[in-house]
Amino acid sequence: MSNASRLSRPKPTRLLLWGALVAALALLPQMLAGRPFELRLLTIICLYATMGQAWNILGGYAGQISIGHGLFFGLGAYTSTMVVLSLGLNPWIGGLLAIVVAAGSGVLIGLTCFRLRSHYFVIATLIVAESVSLIFSQWSLVGAAVGLELPIRASGWINFEFNRNKLPYYYIALAMMLIVTLLVVWMERSKLGYVLKAVRDDEDAVRSLGLSPLRYKLIAMALSAGILGFCGTFYAQYVLLVDPPSVLAGSISIIVALVAIFGGIGTVSGPIIGSFVLISLSEYSRVYFSGSGRNVDLLIYGALIMIIAAYCPGGVNSLAGKFGRRLKHRSDDNLPNARSN
Amino acid sequence: MTPELLIQLLVSGLGMGFIFALIAIGLALIYGVVGVINFAHGEFLMVSMYATYLGFSVGGLDPLVTLPFVAIGMFGFGMVVYYVLMRRVLGAALHAQIFATFGLMVFMQAAAQFVFGADYFSIDHSLLSGALHLGSITLPLPQMAAGVGALLCSAALYVFVFRTGPGRALRAVSQDRVAALTMGIDADRMNALAWGLASACVGVAGSLLSNFYYVFPRVGAIFVLVAYVAVALGGFGSISGALLAGVIMGILQVLSGFFLESSLKLVPVYLLYLVVVLIRPKGLLGRQ
Repeated sequence: MSNASRLSRPKPTRLLLWGALVAALALLPQMLAGRPFELRLLTIICLYATMGQAWNILGGYAGQISIGHGLFFGLGAYTSTMVVLSLGLNPWIGGLLAIVVAAGSGVLIGLTCFRLRSHYFVIATLIVAESVSLIFSQWSLVGAAVGLELPIRASGWINFEFNRNKLPYYYIALAMMLIVTLLVVWMERSKLGYVLKAVRDDEDAVRSLGLSPLRYKLIAMALSAGILGFCGTFYAQYVLLVDPPSVLAGSISIIVALVAIFGGIGTVSGPIIGSFVLISLSEYSRVYFSGSGRNVDLLIYGALIMIIAAYCPGGVNSLAGKFGRRLKHRSDDNLPNARSN
Repeated sequence: MTPELLIQLLVSGLGMGFIFALIAIGLALIYGVVGVINFAHGEFLMVSMYATYLGFSVGGLDPLVTLPFVAIGMFGFGMVVYYVLMRRVLGAALHAQIFATFGLMVFMQAAAQFVFGADYFSIDHSLLSGALHLGSITLPLPQMAAGVGALLCSAALYVFVFRTGPGRALRAVSQDRVAALTMGIDADRMNALAWGLASACVGVAGSLLSNFYYVFPRVGAIFVLVAYVAVALGGFGSISGALLAGVIMGILQVLSGFFLESSLKLVPVYLLYLVVVLIRPKGLLGRQ
C-alpha cells in the first residue's frame, strides 16, 4: 500500500539491504552445523514466508481474503505423494503436478466463489477447506485418517529426499522464498499488479475500464494456489508423512494469512517479516512449554491477530512507515483506506 | 426406512435445528445491525458450555439453574467484546474486521485448550436426562428440551426485536444507519445491544446443548460453521430467515448423518452454503 508505491524505483540502499539479507541467509547454515533445531526453524520460516507471499498475492494485492488457504498446501502435499506412491514417478514431477492441481482447484473455486463479495467469500473459503479436510480424512484412496507415508530412498537432489543432512531442504526453502518474492516484486511493477490493486480498491472502476475483474482474480488465485501446492510437496518430502491433521489443518490457513497480515498486508517484505517473527515465536514457545499439547503458540497468535486488527491493520510495515514519515515531514498518516463493503 | 424411524429422525433433526437456529439468529443480529460477522461466535458457545459444565461439576448446579446466569454473563461478555475490540475496527479495512473476531476465535479456542486441555467433558444425570417413549418412538429428553428451550428463546428475541421500542431502534439501525442517527438513535449503543443479545442467545444455546453434548475446545467450530450456512440460507441479517434455515439445517444434517458416514454428515450442509450463496445470494427470506 503506502510502502508499495514507494517501491516503484528501488533505492540502492534498499537493494543493498536485500542483498545482505540474502547473503546472510545463504551463509547462516554454515554456522549452524550440528544444530538441527535452528536449521529446522529457518527452513520452516522460509516455507511460511513463501506461503505468506502466495496468500498475499490473492489476499493483499487482489483483496480477496481467504481463511482456507491451507487447502492448496494440503492438495499439493497429497498430489505429489500420490504421484510418487501410486504412479512411481519422481517427486519433482509430483511437485509440478501439485502446482497444476492446486492452481486448477484454485481456479475452480474462484470461478464459483469470486462472484461472492467480502464476508460471503471469506466464509466460502473456510467451508470449502473444511469440507475437503473432512472428505480426505474419510477417503481410503488417500489413506483416510491414517494418511500416506513416503518411502525412504537414497538421499539426493534427484529423489528430493535428504535423510541424514537436512541442509539441502533449507536451501530449497530459501530458493522458494526468493523466487516467489522476486515474482511478487515483478508483479507489483507489472500491469497485473496494478490491476489487482485496482480490483481490491474498486471492482466497478476496473470493469468500467474494460478489464475483467474476474479474470484478474483468477490469475491471482492460480498463482497463489499453485505456489502453495508446491510448498505442500516440499513439506511432504521434508517430513515424509502426509495426513489430514498435518497438511489440511485449519491452523495452517490461519498462520499463512497471519504472517502476511502481521508483517504488512499487500507489501513485499510483510510476509517475510511476519514469518520470521511469528514462526520463531511459535517454535520457541513450543520448546519452552515443551510438549504440553496446550497450544501456547496459538494463544499468542490469537492475541496478536486481535491486536494487529484493532491497532495497526497495516501490520509491522505500516508502523515502520508511519514512524519514518513522522520523522520526515510529519504528514498525516496514511493507513490502508477503508473500503465500502 | 420405517415411519417410526423417519419420525424419530425428523424430531431429533428439529430439536437440533432449533439450536442451530438460536446460534444463527445471534450471527444474523450482529450482521444485520453492526455489519460484521462474528467469527468467534462458536467460541462464545464453547465458553457457555464450559461455564455450564463447571457450574455442574464444581458447584453441583443443574444446567437449567445456571442457564439464566450464563445468558446474563454472556450478554455482558458480548458488550465487552464490542466496546473493547469491535468498535475499534468498524469502518476499518475488511481484513481488519475479519481478523479481529478471527483472532478472538483463535485466542478463545487456545485459551480453552490451555486451561482445560483437549479432554472431552460431559454432564451426566442432570434434571433433563432419560427419554420419552411414545409407542415405538424413543425421544431423548435433553434434546427435546433443548429444542423447546431454543424455540422459546428465539420467540422471546423475536418479540423483543419486533414488538418493543429498543427492538425498533435496533431494526432502524440495521435498515439505515444514517437515517437512524438523524432520528436520534444512538447507533453505538444499538451495536453493543446487538452484541449483547446475540451473545446471550448463544449462551442459552450452550447451556441447553451441554445437557447432551460433549464439551471440548473445538466444539464451537462445529456448530458455528452450520450456523454460517443457516445465516446465508436465511439471508444475512434476517432473523426469521435464520430461524427457518436453522431448522432446515438440523433436519438436513440428521438425514445426511443417516445416509452417509456420520463424520461426513456436515459436508452436504457445507455444500448447501455454496449452492445458496451462488443461486440465491440474498437467501430465502433476505432483504432484496
